[in-house]
Amino acid sequence: MNLEELQKKLIAAARTEVLDDRVPYAFEKRITALLASRVAPDNLALWVRGLWRAAVSCVAIALLCGAWTFLNPATATASTSDDLSQSFENTLLASVDQGDQTP
Amino acid sequence: MERTEAELIAAALKGDAASFEPLVQKYSPRVFATARRYARRDSEVEDIAQEVWLKAFDKLKSFRGEAPFEHWLMRMTVRTCYDFLRGHQRNRESSFTDLSDPENDWLERFVTAPEMASDHADAAKLLIGRVMKKLSPPARLVITLLEIEDRSVKEIAELTGWSVSLVKVRAFRARAEMRKIVAKMAKEKYL
Repeated sequence: MNLEELQKKLIAAARTEVLDDRVPYAFEKRITALLASRVAPDNLALWVRGLWRAAVSCVAIALLCGAWTFLNPATATASTSDDLSQSFENTLLASVDQGDQTP
Repeated sequence: MERTEAELIAAALKGDAASFEPLVQKYSPRVFATARRYARRDSEVEDIAQEVWLKAFDKLKSFRGEAPFEHWLMRMTVRTCYDFLRGHQRNRESSFTDLSDPENDWLERFVTAPEMASDHADAAKLLIGRVMKKLSPPARLVITLLEIEDRSVKEIAELTGWSVSLVKVRAFRARAEMRKIVAKMAKEKYL
C-alpha cells in the first residue's frame, strides 16, 4: 500500500468537508446574559469582600483590647487604673471645659 | 441607526454587555465552524465557543483596532481550540480495529485501485477524522491549519502565537507523526 498516497487522499478528503457553521438558537442572548450576570455581582462582591475584611480587622482589634484589659489589672495597681480613667475623662472633656471657660 | 463595530467595541469596553451581542451574532458562525474542526460533540463545540466569547470580552482591552476584529477573534478561537485539545488528550492510544464497513470498503478500494477511492467519500472523511484524533495537540493543530485549511507558515505563527521557526519544526514533526499513524492503520488492517 502506498502510504504517501493514502495520506494525500485522506488530507484531500478532509479538505472537501463542508464546514458546519450552524450556531445554536439564541446563543448570542445566552452569552450576553452570562456576561451581564458576571458584571453585576462583581460590584457587590467587591463591597462584600471589603466589609468582611473590615469586620475581621475589627474583631481582631476588639480581641486584642479585651486581652489587654483582661491581663492588665494583674500588673497595674488600683491607683494607676484610676489615673488612667481620670486622664481619659479629662482628655475627652477638655474641649467642653475650655468652651465653658472662654467668655 | 446601526452602530459600527468600533462603537460596539467601545461600549463593550465600558462594561456594556448588550453592545457585545451584535458582535457575537455576527462572528459566531466562524467561531463554531473553527471549533468543529477540533471537537465533535455539540456540547464540546458550544463550550469552546462560549469560552472564546467570554475571553474576548475579558481581553477586549488588548484589541487595539489595528487589524480587523475578526482576525483578533480568530486568533483567540484557535488558541482556545488548542487549549481544548491539550485538555482532552484521551483515546489517542486506541486502535484501528473497529473500523466501520464503509471505512473498510474505502480502504480496500484504495488498495486495489487508488484512483477509484474518492476524496469526497464519507468513509474517507471518517478515516481522516480517526487519524486526526490520534495526533498530538500541536500536530493536529498544525496539520489542520497547514494541510487542510491551506494557510501559510506566517499565518499559522500569527494565529497560534508560535514563532515561524517553531511552526516549521512542528509541521515537520506533525507530518512524521501522521505518517506513522497512517502506517499503523494500514498495518492493523492488513497484517
